[in-house]
Amino acid sequence: MLLDRDGAFRADSWRHLADDEADDDGESVTISLRRWQAERERWQDRSTPLGLRLPNDVPPAAIGAAVDRFALIVLNFPRFVDGRAYSQARLLRGRLGFRGELRAAGNVLRDQLLFMARCGFDSFAVDAARARAEDWPRAFREFDLFYQPANDRRLPILSQRLRAWQGAAE
Amino acid sequence: MDDPTFKLVTGNRLRDGAVVYFASAGIWTPRIDDARLVEEKDGAALLAEAQAGPPPHPAVGPALIDAVRDGDRVVPATLREKIRASGPTVAYRAA
Amino acid sequence: MYRYDEFDRKFLAERVAQYRDQVRRRLAGQLSEDEFRSLRLMNGLYLQLHAYMLRISIPYGTLSSAQLRGLAEVARRWDKGYGHFTTRQNIQFNWIKLEETPDILAHLAAVQLHGIQTSGNSFRNITTDPFAGVAGDEIEDPRPYCEIVRQWAALHPEFSFLPRKFKIAINAADADRAAVKIHDLGLYLRRSDRGEIGFAVTVGGGLGRTPILAQTVRDFVPRRELLAYISACLRVYNQYGRRDNLFKSRIKILVQALGIEKMRQEVEDEYAAMGDEREALALPDEAVAAMQAQFAPPAYADAAGDDAELAQAAASEPDFARWIERNTRPHKQAGHASVVISLKPVGRPTGDCSASQMRTVADLADELSFGEVRVTHDQNLVLPHVRKSALYDLWLRLGAGDLATPNIGLASDIIACPGLDYCGLATARSIPVAQALAVHLAGREAAIGPLQIKISGCINACGHHHVGHIGILGLEKNGAESYQITVGGSDGEQAALGGIIGPAVAAHEITATVDRLIDAYLRLRRDGEQFPDTYRRVGLAPFKEALYVAR
Repeated sequence: MLLDRDGAFRADSWRHLADDEADDDGESVTISLRRWQAERERWQDRSTPLGLRLPNDVPPAAIGAAVDRFALIVLNFPRFVDGRAYSQARLLRGRLGFRGELRAAGNVLRDQLLFMARCGFDSFAVDAARARAEDWPRAFREFDLFYQPANDRRLPILSQRLRAWQGAAE
Repeated sequence: MDDPTFKLVTGNRLRDGAVVYFASAGIWTPRIDDARLVEEKDGAALLAEAQAGPPPHPAVGPALIDAVRDGDRVVPATLREKIRASGPTVAYRAA
Repeated sequence: MYRYDEFDRKFLAERVAQYRDQVRRRLAGQLSEDEFRSLRLMNGLYLQLHAYMLRISIPYGTLSSAQLRGLAEVARRWDKGYGHFTTRQNIQFNWIKLEETPDILAHLAAVQLHGIQTSGNSFRNITTDPFAGVAGDEIEDPRPYCEIVRQWAALHPEFSFLPRKFKIAINAADADRAAVKIHDLGLYLRRSDRGEIGFAVTVGGGLGRTPILAQTVRDFVPRRELLAYISACLRVYNQYGRRDNLFKSRIKILVQALGIEKMRQEVEDEYAAMGDEREALALPDEAVAAMQAQFAPPAYADAAGDDAELAQAAASEPDFARWIERNTRPHKQAGHASVVISLKPVGRPTGDCSASQMRTVADLADELSFGEVRVTHDQNLVLPHVRKSALYDLWLRLGAGDLATPNIGLASDIIACPGLDYCGLATARSIPVAQALAVHLAGREAAIGPLQIKISGCINACGHHHVGHIGILGLEKNGAESYQITVGGSDGEQAALGGIIGPAVAAHEITATVDRLIDAYLRLRRDGEQFPDTYRRVGLAPFKEALYVAR
């Protein structure tokens, strides 16, 4: 099951192909980075949506301009304490300008959702039963103030202060 | 001859962190003298029994330790466990 | 001092509410211990030998009297009546109940204190010179920058799950009183030839299993670019730092593996590529100025006449004169001094402070030091701005609270971690070793002069033993406590790691061993030399020999 950053649950409409698995026409599939690199020509011109699964030890720069080819990029948290994908997400959004769906998979837990959303993730592969029992959608609303600029267009506290000071000065 | 070494299970109580010892199914005691002691060969079974039960488990980090009997008392083998059983070795309240 | 505004207050309230819910979920069985551990650590809660331990952040070691009273209340109401000040300028409470921690943190939030990131694999408390803002040798007060970095680092969305903990120190004076070179990232405040304020940035310092001193990655980063440049360093570390081995995951190991040249290249490449992000992180002058206004000096009295009065009092009372000499430091305002309050009464646990002592210090701070208190990384307290005419009265009142031991910087002013008496990681005890040494050396410490003894109860080096003039590391060998001794370490401008003098010794041999090392130093030292100076000149051999001959 997927959880979106707006707190809605939905079914995963993508099929996540193993490297030796064939795709069907017309379905949305994700492939591994290895497969993308090995069979690039085959996938490049596929007409239906294509997604990429990027391991967390590969710098996003490795995809380069091809980033626009993907409608979905799935980043992995092998264990929730392994935070490399936070940087990958920010680089995909801020540096490579990725505008498709960015999804967190792996050991995704409630108390990291807000950090992930701030780094640019849109969707989260979750255990639906647990996510409902623990009211995961509320995790996105636990804070409405942040000290850092990030990739969610929220105005950090410092900018809000500067605005207030300027207002007071005028 | 050395006193025989026994195994027992200890952990820290979830809600307050107090040192506790496994006594019997679901029962953890703050007194090491009341801990259940088994022979070395039965240690793994004791640990499994202590770890059983639905979450939240009443004790965090259940682990097997060695101890010997001294009359009615149970004395852990290591300095670390002696300190856990009887508290810091230094007076802790500043003047 | 920095006072929270509405934003800070609301942010902290949200954090307390979030944590309260996390504890509820843990106690309801929804969170496993493994999942919860990381969450509680991010709020400063450890599980130690006897109970939970709660570490409260004291940002860059600065406390208001109201905050200190808030801490005293935690000690009284939720602990056993005392707390322990740490080498990270924080305080920790040893006897905490998990189910009470949300209330404790709510209580502390009311005085603008929290446990955020006092543990876990993220930014730890930003530390600095305990005499910041009052020292005569500083270029500019570092605290506004500490606060700016503190806010930026709080619940950072990208850097809250780093490979390992990350410690930042900022120093703004000629003398390095912040032990910058043993930090993951160090900032030396500089003024450029053009009069611009900025920072030299160092990376890769740290103690622990592999002690390494930091190296410079950039000589000058203008203050406007401070946060952006730090972000570049962190992003390199977050992506490339090792995560397969706990003991190789600090940034120092990455720097060692890449070499400083390659590390610099990685950071500079990242920084160059940051583009818009740099702009978003830029510190406008008005933001810095607004922060500096929070740290404006208090309204000092005209105290120019106080020096004569003080001299007179000191002349008539030798004990007072000795305390003045040992426990006060110069202040840039005429007629004022900074007072170091010793938390090392000889024979007591180092760094411990009772609730009533905290209240005493808070009251004295209100009366005599503009309500301000500092915590030092060597586990003492400071009243930063005391009129010299008030020192005698202060000395008497501190003495009544067992807070006037005249031993700052001397042999009995020992740094020690809690060790095996409290800590789940420790391999040997530290506190009894410190107590025995202090009692043994107190009688001759005046003759020895400045001497830093630092004791850690395990390889993690919370007691900074590698940089002690004499360092003691407690280990466990065949079931018994055993102590490895180093000499010649230093954490100042000329930071150095101590050299190991020989095989580890048993607990009962420590005093005699340290005695011989001190005797050797006294024999070898030239005029004006401190222990590390002598060590630099003569090397390890004479110290080894002193022990060998004795055996």
